[in-house]
Amino acid sequence: MKIGITCPYSWDVPGGVQQHVRDLAEALIDEGHEVSVISPADDDTPLPPYVTGAGRAVPVPYNGSVARLSFGFLSTNRVRRWIKDGGFDVLHVHEPEIPSLSLLACWVASGPIVATFHTAIPRSRILLVTYPVVRTGLEKINGRIAVSEAARTTLVEHIGGDAVVIPNGVATRHYRKAEPLPGWPGEGGAIGFLGRLDEPRKGLPVLLRAFEILGPRHPGLRLLVAGRYADADELLHRVPAELRDRIVLLGQVSEEDKIRVLHSVDVFCSPNTGGESFGIVTAEAMAAGVPVVASDIDAFRQVLRGGEAGELFANGDAEDLARALGRLLGDQGRRAELSAAALAAVAEYDWSVVARGVYSVYETVVLGSTEVAVTASGGEFG
Amino acid sequence: MITDIVIVIAAALFMGVYVSWRAGRIDRLHTRVDMARAALDATLLRRASVALELATSGLLDPATSLLLASAVHGTRDSRSTDRPRDLAESDLTRALRAAFSQPGFRTSMTGKDGADELLEEVEGAAHQVFLARKFYNDVVAATRDARGRPLARVLRLSGRARAPEFFEMDDSLVAENASTPLSL
Repeated sequence: MKIGITCPYSWDVPGGVQQHVRDLAEALIDEGHEVSVISPADDDTPLPPYVTGAGRAVPVPYNGSVARLSFGFLSTNRVRRWIKDGGFDVLHVHEPEIPSLSLLACWVASGPIVATFHTAIPRSRILLVTYPVVRTGLEKINGRIAVSEAARTTLVEHIGGDAVVIPNGVATRHYRKAEPLPGWPGEGGAIGFLGRLDEPRKGLPVLLRAFEILGPRHPGLRLLVAGRYADADELLHRVPAELRDRIVLLGQVSEEDKIRVLHSVDVFCSPNTGGESFGIVTAEAMAAGVPVVASDIDAFRQVLRGGEAGELFANGDAEDLARALGRLLGDQGRRAELSAAALAAVAEYDWSVVARGVYSVYETVVLGSTEVAVTASGGEFG
Repeated sequence: MITDIVIVIAAALFMGVYVSWRAGRIDRLHTRVDMARAALDATLLRRASVALELATSGLLDPATSLLLASAVHGTRDSRSTDRPRDLAESDLTRALRAAFSQPGFRTSMTGKDGADELLEEVEGAAHQVFLARKFYNDVVAATRDARGRPLARVLRLSGRARAPEFFEMDDSLVAENASTPLSL
């Protein structure tokens, strides 16, 4: 099948949607399909052969933060040409409610269109989704996919219609093996954390408080923290001085190093307090075979099979987290058990499985319809 | 003796007149601040409404339309989203700038019904915001200066009126640096 996929965010910026598009495209190619992706990208960014650059994404304020998006008549023309030349059997747009390439693709295309909604849409954006130009675009979509139950719920309740839930995949084979960072995990044990450090919902403050409790009881225990942050001093300031040199901040790490980080710790912690629709990082840790301790929010409860494939602690409760971490650090047998359970559980999220689910949506929408074409009325520009 | 009393009374009278003139001036300045603020609010509203008209005009691609509509929405909604007014208005400026600074933007619009008039109206409204904000900040500066003088502070000549705040925002439709349409 010839599949065209649109990515709304800049290819050169790391992000969940970009990674999803890349892994989906590669899994579909592995299955023998012909896939073309169009994405905003700087002109000098090296792109995989299946990606067409739609030009540089422009940073604009959207929804209270600055996003790098592709819009305007030049991007529209590029998308139109890509669709015209592609001869796709199906067009798969990601996040069509974002003012970027996917919305433009919906506008200029006709024929079978599948859309994936990645986030639970915040209230202020729901109003905009009912905005006529978006509405028209969304109405052309034949099949809708939500990556989580939360994303599906907002769609159903606020926009109407339904969507099938197909969770994010994890390219598990990338995670299976990696060299630990030199000197890790070390004698005293190590706990790992990945994610934006200055985003409170990622829960690092909860983990730091738990580390404060654990630190004195486990001499030599270290905390390995990877992720973007604005102010490390401010962050470490919250921890007692004698523990500070046992916390290692790596900053933002490459995809490769991220996997090495996962293999450098005895226990991985996902202390997120909310806002997580799937918990991709947690699933990646599972794919690396690291025992996971996660907050008991819905997303993690689901990925960890209610606690069978990893320990859950009461969301936001540092003492409970310290107890769970302490128990695991002292029990190698339990760690090995959880590692095996995590590997088995995460297989269900492997991209090869997920891509087959997505493909069956494609098969449904192409039934009895023609190939994707550009509409005559889809706003011609210069 | 009598002359002394006369001098004292005259001095007191003069002081009284002077102080009340100073107090009156501060009061008048506060009134001017209120008027300038009302004028600024009116230009901001006007700019938001023409931006929304442009967004819904069908002249733009849907992504640009949505960006503009979302920015307009943000200015109206800044109370409920905790986004301060100045930031929300700056966001609208940046969204407009992102649309207007696309290479070949104006030429892509030529020949479309009503496009030139509408674009000029948006630019005009944006320029008015620039002017109104300048005038407002001028009178705020004068007022704060008058309130800050020692006599005004000691005698509390501004009464219970709060010191007016400057309104700072990004209001230029033209990027300072042509290669980057939006400075972060």
